[in-house]
Amino acid sequence: MDLRYSDAEKKFRGELRAWLAEQVPAHGEPPAQDDWDARRAYDTGWQKKLYEAGYAGINWPAEYGGRDASLAEQLIYYEEIARANAPYVGVNFVGMLHGGPTLIAEGTPEQKERHVSRILRGEEVWCQGFSEPGAGSDLASLQCRAVRDGDEYVVSGHKIWTSFAQVADYCELLVRTDPEVRKHRGITWLICPMGLPGMEVRPLDTIMGESDFSEVFFEDVRIPVENRVGEENDGWRVTNVTLRFERGTAFASDMIHLQQFVRELVELARTITRHDANAWEDRALRQEVGHLSAELDALWAMVKLSVCEAIDTGVPGVGASAVKLFYTELYQRVCEVGQRILGRAGLAREDVAGLPSGKILHRTLQSLSLTIAAGTSQIQRNIISERILGLPKEPR
Amino acid sequence: MDFRLSEDQEALRDGIRSFCEGRIPVDSLKDFEGAGFERELWGELAEMGVFGLRLPESEGGVGLGHADAVLVFAELGRHLVPGPLIWSHLAAGLVDGAATGDAVVGGLDQIDPDGAPTLVEHLGSLDALLVLRPEGVFRVDPSAVVGKPVAVPLDPLTPVHHVESFPEGERIADADEAFALRRVGAALGAAFALGVCESTVELAVAYAREREQFDRPIGSFQALKHIMADMFVRQEAARAAAYAAGATLDHPEVGDVDRAVAAARICACEGAIKNARACIQVHGGMGYTWEVPAHYYLKRAYVLENGFGSAEAYASAVADSFDA
Ligand SMILES: Cc1cc2nc3c(=O)[nH]c(=O)nc-3n(C[C@H](O)[C@H](O)[C@H](O)COP(=O)(O)OP(=O)(O)OC[C@H]3O[C@@H](n4cnc5c(N)ncnc54)[C@H](O)[C@@H]3O)c2cc1C
Repeated sequence: MDLRYSDAEKKFRGELRAWLAEQVPAHGEPPAQDDWDARRAYDTGWQKKLYEAGYAGINWPAEYGGRDASLAEQLIYYEEIARANAPYVGVNFVGMLHGGPTLIAEGTPEQKERHVSRILRGEEVWCQGFSEPGAGSDLASLQCRAVRDGDEYVVSGHKIWTSFAQVADYCELLVRTDPEVRKHRGITWLICPMGLPGMEVRPLDTIMGESDFSEVFFEDVRIPVENRVGEENDGWRVTNVTLRFERGTAFASDMIHLQQFVRELVELARTITRHDANAWEDRALRQEVGHLSAELDALWAMVKLSVCEAIDTGVPGVGASAVKLFYTELYQRVCEVGQRILGRAGLAREDVAGLPSGKILHRTLQSLSLTIAAGTSQIQRNIISERILGLPKEPR
Repeated sequence: MDFRLSEDQEALRDGIRSFCEGRIPVDSLKDFEGAGFERELWGELAEMGVFGLRLPESEGGVGLGHADAVLVFAELGRHLVPGPLIWSHLAAGLVDGAATGDAVVGGLDQIDPDGAPTLVEHLGSLDALLVLRPEGVFRVDPSAVVGKPVAVPLDPLTPVHHVESFPEGERIADADEAFALRRVGAALGAAFALGVCESTVELAVAYAREREQFDRPIGSFQALKHIMADMFVRQEAARAAAYAAGATLDHPEVGDVDRAVAAARICACEGAIKNARACIQVHGGMGYTWEVPAHYYLKRAYVLENGFGSAEAYASAVADSFDA
């Protein structure tokens, strides 16, 4: 139980910090949320810089161009990226955090050759076509149908909540190849190029009024069989590989960002006058912020512990459910405190009277997605109670 | 950096665990009601190294660190071992005989007295009493303390005296030492509370798997599963924070020691109280009986919550760190 970093790890931190100090300001301000072309250029441009400096794919095997960093270095990386306010992984999320890693683990040599290094260099953007209108938490009940016709699958169906569909080049697509067998048995994982004939992307507005995700319709879309990852009808196993990566350390930098957000809220409270004193002098607020910060410290210790303990078990696996549940609910509580500090200024979703109400409300609204996406809080509780505590299973 | 337990640490934890399982299984806790203390057990705990754990080997101790002590106290907490364990551990090296268990040492933290009545734990069993004051650490003769035993203490395993007045006592260490002892005491209280978080999860899960209603185990009802999932999350947050407090006390260069201890204290004590309450809820009517040990955990959790500073004080201290 030793939290000291070695000299080599400290050197890694120093070099990364110096590189970020130079590169982050040089990369400029992020573009507007609804300018997808500019967002793609901004996020993939950053990814390319990371690649050229040897920082892309921090946890990817070196064989595939990744850094293959030790766990301690990965933790340092997440801390420094957040500390420097570096661009978020953005449109590279799916490719970098689970698409690429799934191909490395399960893809054919040709598939790896074609995609992995392009994802790493920011040349290829991916999206995830898993959820359907009738298949969310019960993902395995998905209906999007694929019928084999020679060297192709002919796909018809309807995906929903597909983030980044507007800008993606490829999609992790789950299809039903055998409707006769039990639901987990008849699923196949395909690499679907976006924009094939018969595909249509229709953006959906989120509660922020932005089109962060879309519906994707498929009508007799032809996808080559060589795009299949894993065997036909073995897609559920591959899906679990993908989900495990998605629930691993994907949120690590966000947790450090949240600590910074709390510091910003304190700064804000100091500038706001409430009844003749500044808001930060309010005892109840101070105690609540102190309490939340203590929990945030515990959260980061939890990440360190679960990352280190995964060395023994080999997988981030189920422990990640406890981290996700704790983190996402804590995030929402921090945002609620932000709203209370704003008071009536929080009725504006843009900055008013010099207060950052736009930014805080943006985060607050966005935080509502955290307990839904990547497995809802209820599903995380099912996972913890069944797979860790061994309580009887839900009907499936 | 490696946050995992070393092999030695695993062996230490397992050793204390099997000692506690054999020596004070849950169903023996009722034997400690009232006195809350047993000399013989005290000697055995001393032999296990509980009190002299951090004392250098040259002074007859085990020579281990704070992280090791956190592991040991979490095990003691799991088994609700009674007695002034933390104070006697803190007294090793300050009071002769504390490390060897020959002197039973209790204590009272009066660094920032909040005006609440002075209740001293285990006074009747003590050979020495440490008082932490802003001016330093004072040793007080327990027989010179004027006070009345409280007939019905909240925790049947933690007797308390209501004390009217205290002699000043003898100053045996300086102010810095007083603050340092309080900080370690808070970290070990958090460790003990972590143990409570863990055993209440175990107790609730075991019952929920056995007990049947509507022809199924009650543990299959999602309303209960989710209560227990939340208990597990609180346990894991407490565990990470308590370990981090131990590791940061050992190597202060890795972070802010006061903040690490505050995080452990806040998460573990709150976790212990919430988990113990949830454990009672999962047991239904049985949980409300004296027979099921769930109430012992809750009652001890309140004792821990009120030792070495309050949750409010720690939250305020973390808030103050934003002003530094
Ligand atoms: C911002 C955002 C981005 C997303 N991006 C993508 C993406 O890129 N690709 C993709 O494929 N999907 C994406 N999703 C979809 C996401 O994975 C699903 O929304 C999620 O799995 C929940 O499914 P659902 O929306 O159908 O809700 P439902 O499953 O219908 O759930 C509704 C409610 O019922 C509860 N519930 C359901 N089953 C149980 C149960 N067994 N026990 C207890 N409670 C239960 C849920 O917790 C929830 O509260 C995204 C979602 C969001 C919000």
